[in-house]
Amino acid sequence: MALLEITNLTVEFATAHGALKAVDQVSLSLNAGEIVAIVGESGSGKSVAMLALMGLLPWTATVTADQMSFDGKDLLTMSDKQRRKIIGKDISMIFQEPMTSLNPCFTVGYQISEVLAQHFGGSRRSHKAKVIELLIKVGIPAAEMRLKAYPHQLSGGMSQRVMIAMMIACEPKLLIADEPTTALDVTIQAQILELLVQLQQDNGMALVLITHDMAVVAETADRVMVQYAGQQVEHRPVAELFNNPRHPYTKALLGALPEYAQGKTLNAIPGVVPGQLDRPVGCLFNPRCEHVQELCRQQVPTRSEGILCHFPLALKAPQKADQIIAKEAS
Amino acid sequence: MTQQALIEARDLHKYYNVKTGFFQADKSLQALSGASFDLYPGQTLAVVGESGCGKSTLARLLTLIEQPTAGRLSLDGIDLANANNKEVAKQLRQTVQMVFQDPFGSLNPRQKVGDILQEPLIINTKLNASQRREQVLTMMARVGLSDEHFHRYPHMFSGGQRQRIAIARALILKPKIVVLDEPVSALDVSIQAQVLNLLIELQQELGLAYVFISHDLSVVRHIADQVLVMYLGKPVEQGPIEAVFSNPQHPYTQALLSATPQANTQRKRQRIKLTGELPSPLDPPSGCTFHPRCQHATAQCKITTPVMQASVKNADVQVACILANS
Amino acid sequence: MTSMTATTSSSVRRQQWREFWFYFSASKTAVVGLAFLLGVVLMAIFADIISPHLPAEQYREFAELPPAWMEGGQMRFFLGTDYAGRDMLSRIIHGARLSLIAGCIVVVIAMSIGVLLGLVAGYRGGWIETIIMRVMDTIMAVPGLLMALVLVAMLGPGLVNAMVAISITYMPSFVRLTRASTMSEMNRDYVTASKVAGAGPIRLMFISILPNCMAPLIVQGTLSFSTAILDTAALGFLGMGAQAPMPEWGTLIAENRDLMLSAPWTVTFPGIAILLAVLAINLMGDGLRDALDPKLKRS
Repeated sequence: MALLEITNLTVEFATAHGALKAVDQVSLSLNAGEIVAIVGESGSGKSVAMLALMGLLPWTATVTADQMSFDGKDLLTMSDKQRRKIIGKDISMIFQEPMTSLNPCFTVGYQISEVLAQHFGGSRRSHKAKVIELLIKVGIPAAEMRLKAYPHQLSGGMSQRVMIAMMIACEPKLLIADEPTTALDVTIQAQILELLVQLQQDNGMALVLITHDMAVVAETADRVMVQYAGQQVEHRPVAELFNNPRHPYTKALLGALPEYAQGKTLNAIPGVVPGQLDRPVGCLFNPRCEHVQELCRQQVPTRSEGILCHFPLALKAPQKADQIIAKEAS
Repeated sequence: MTQQALIEARDLHKYYNVKTGFFQADKSLQALSGASFDLYPGQTLAVVGESGCGKSTLARLLTLIEQPTAGRLSLDGIDLANANNKEVAKQLRQTVQMVFQDPFGSLNPRQKVGDILQEPLIINTKLNASQRREQVLTMMARVGLSDEHFHRYPHMFSGGQRQRIAIARALILKPKIVVLDEPVSALDVSIQAQVLNLLIELQQELGLAYVFISHDLSVVRHIADQVLVMYLGKPVEQGPIEAVFSNPQHPYTQALLSATPQANTQRKRQRIKLTGELPSPLDPPSGCTFHPRCQHATAQCKITTPVMQASVKNADVQVACILANS
Repeated sequence: MTSMTATTSSSVRRQQWREFWFYFSASKTAVVGLAFLLGVVLMAIFADIISPHLPAEQYREFAELPPAWMEGGQMRFFLGTDYAGRDMLSRIIHGARLSLIAGCIVVVIAMSIGVLLGLVAGYRGGWIETIIMRVMDTIMAVPGLLMALVLVAMLGPGLVNAMVAISITYMPSFVRLTRASTMSEMNRDYVTASKVAGAGPIRLMFISILPNCMAPLIVQGTLSFSTAILDTAALGFLGMGAQAPMPEWGTLIAENRDLMLSAPWTVTFPGIAILLAVLAINLMGDGLRDALDPKLKRS
């Protein structure tokens, strides 16, 4: 049985201009120990889908799904009280801005021990040893001294490590990381990603990595889910996706990376992601697609072979060496 | 090149005095220690480094928001030391302009786009309203915006469009130098490509010199001619982009390149792991500031501060490392 | 964040109002408050037309008449009459004018001077800031009404002097709010961008920074409006504000003080008028804050 089973999740927000469909029929099935990346640009709804899972959306949101269950428990019909028992313990989430995700009024030690006290009972002091162990595990030097540090005294990388320590304190079965390294320097990013993968391997945790950075996905994930304007357009194992993207958006996205530029011009995707008020008829990507045909402009595509496209790109024979990937850093 | 360099920077320093306590002496924060470079029209210099490396400070010095504590800087032949009189200051301001990182924060949310773009013209020129409007509309068309955007507020635009507005604002005074502080870092990949293409086109058309600050090495590799790698306020390696990126000589440059992920599932790299955190700029390590985190550090590195010199392997590249230059 | 279809300046404005109204009307109490306040404003504007009698006209034979629904009351004097036989309803309706004008003037004076001082303090810093803030701290240290009383005692009683005195006591909150907003806005990129374009301090303060500080100021202004009405009434009650026979609500209570037990309607109804007006403004102010606060994540 899959650890996480989401089928046709849809999230709508009530706004001044009518309903905004931020997530449209997204499905995800995850087993323990897997790393899945959700890739998309702004407006793709990648964060919103996971926030819906955690129950962290504002009052203006309406969440519907055919199925949304974690470890056999149905998250849709669960009461708030039952949900609070799972969130933070079995499912955890770390966010993009580590400097603002930690409460500035309390010390690091207080915040981590609070999580443990909340889920395992006991006073905060009784968990002190475990907190130190966690800080060492995430690679924070001089752990015992850091217990008394306040978040503003830590750098970005340190704050993110503290955040990770807090979120793995209860040894969750699923960790959702929402752009965990976007706000960090590239050398720190490498350290944090390595830490996440290592923790994931040590604990057999499932990891959902939300990012817009294709390079991070290539080096970290097992499977990739590509989202565009709230819809799930492609969902494949990583190597297959990079060698052989089947949805025109995925292909265009990979092609727009500076590594694949021809001469001084990058292969930009013309146009912009449709907003709330200018959603095209038919396939949402059709105004920007280089393979667009008349059918795409009229009919909404259905999922064929897992790809949301009327005319998915051809499946190539498996390759040994990458042909699409041009430059090796020499 | 027989043209004059648009920017001539020699050994620029910027220190700040920071109060550390009631009874203690002020400490000196060395935000920038010794940057030197020349930049010609139509060229792009990329400034690369992580937080605290001094690239933002350099941007502030080049755009005249702050004065250097030491060193010489001349823009378009005018030495900044003579910039005390108002006329010279005004002329310098029109020579160099800036595009900021955050497209959501760099435009005044309470001003319409038309007003934002007219502001530099109102301050610096004597054009009347219809002349200003005409120039603004021309510039908007040039960056890919349409006439109807004139009356809209910034929050009605996407990130990519806002950056276009920011670029239009920077170019409206027809500067020769544009300092771009992480202009595409906050944008999606597909929009990033559009904006970079626009920047390159404008550079070719107008002969602009760009100082391109970024932490994204793949973008830098694509757009830059020269690169300046900085660490904790000091330049560590500098030279033509291909030479530096294909054959990095400073251990920090090597680590930086190694840490950058690539969209390539096959490549299994040996990542150079940089241990430890960035030291505090108030208390920099002795000798070479990078030595606590360097794999190849020797006892000598703790004592001697390396100087930027032409590398032995390639005369075009300058490196500040004792081991690389030996 | 989507590109909208508005093209002209006026259609952009209309869209902004529509969006504002959507979030404002999400709070039903705020809409009720706004409706009531509008009613009071209309009542004040058309006081001459809608009030059944002249507020100063005395009907000696009908002095101290109870309201229409009590024994001995008449429909002609719906809310009863006061000690001199003047119709309570007419006096309350005319009193609305005085209370609203007093509230407006107080807020306008306090806000314009307070915002200016706050801008300068936040932008300049240094000794100018220190002087301004310490003066404001001193004003805040004295209880508002007490200070107003002292000022009125020095300047002489009267509605105008009461308004000036109250304005001074409200200034510190505007100065503080503006200074705080200015200090945080000053570091924003768009202010730096204007500096790079060559903007001088006046342009930076009034065109770049000030419009972005308006949201908390508008909310504070609304709440000060209601407090001003209360304070004006308080001063009127103490005989230091509007002088009789002006029908200001607080003065109405003061002049009928002796009748509190024998003819309670003469003091109750002005009191209710004050209560309802202040409540309506506060409810509306709450709704305003929700609508203007960008930090409330909505989608």
